[in-house]
Amino acid sequence: MPYDPMLVKPMRDDMTSMDVEELMDAAAVDAFMAREGSKLIFINSVCGCAAGQARPALRIALQHETKPDHVGTVFAGQDVEATVKARGFFEQVPPSSPSVALFKGSELAFFMPRHMIESRDANTIAFELVGQFDEHCA
Amino acid sequence: MGTFHDHKGELHGITVVVDLKDDRLYVGRCDTVLPQGVVLLDADMHDAAEPKYDGTTMSKAAYLENATKFGVWPRIERVVVPTEDVESIRKLGDL
Repeated sequence: MPYDPMLVKPMRDDMTSMDVEELMDAAAVDAFMAREGSKLIFINSVCGCAAGQARPALRIALQHETKPDHVGTVFAGQDVEATVKARGFFEQVPPSSPSVALFKGSELAFFMPRHMIESRDANTIAFELVGQFDEHCA
Repeated sequence: MGTFHDHKGELHGITVVVDLKDDRLYVGRCDTVLPQGVVLLDADMHDAAEPKYDGTTMSKAAYLENATKFGVWPRIERVVVPTEDVESIRKLGDL
């Protein structure tokens, strides 16, 4: 059951304040994935244990000179249709949230599952993301 | 910012490997560690002695090598792993 929209609003605002595009339905995900260039989809989550570090990490990483051409987010457990649609583009990996999927065109180039976020601080996660940006988005 | 449940212990919300004293292990999100067992959510169980569809088996190490890359498929919604069966608990992210 989705959380109260008022509860998750700050977590949504956290994403939009770093100019990440909210993908709230399947059509929005399809349109996002149809774009040219590199793309990142952040699977947002209410989980404080992991997402509490993942969002700040993405904020840090997006300050790097090399970054994905397009950055979008779906909210697991909230925007269910959009999340299912997004996961369809990386169905070879088990679902987890928060998580990060990086695409080169439409091909999945890198996936950071939840367990690679848990217990790590934002700077450590950001460092890993920046390395992937350099490799796949340059 | 987010939902926190600090009273559930330091492993709450963390993806862990619960290695058993036999050929089995569980990987899942730890809910809490109780005296009677470890409560896991969205877990998978691997039995290194059980043949797969092609008749071969997969060692615990080989299974964990895959799990560390992408995680595991959550085939078990909730399980309590009895304390007396547990050999060790480790964070998957530390492997």
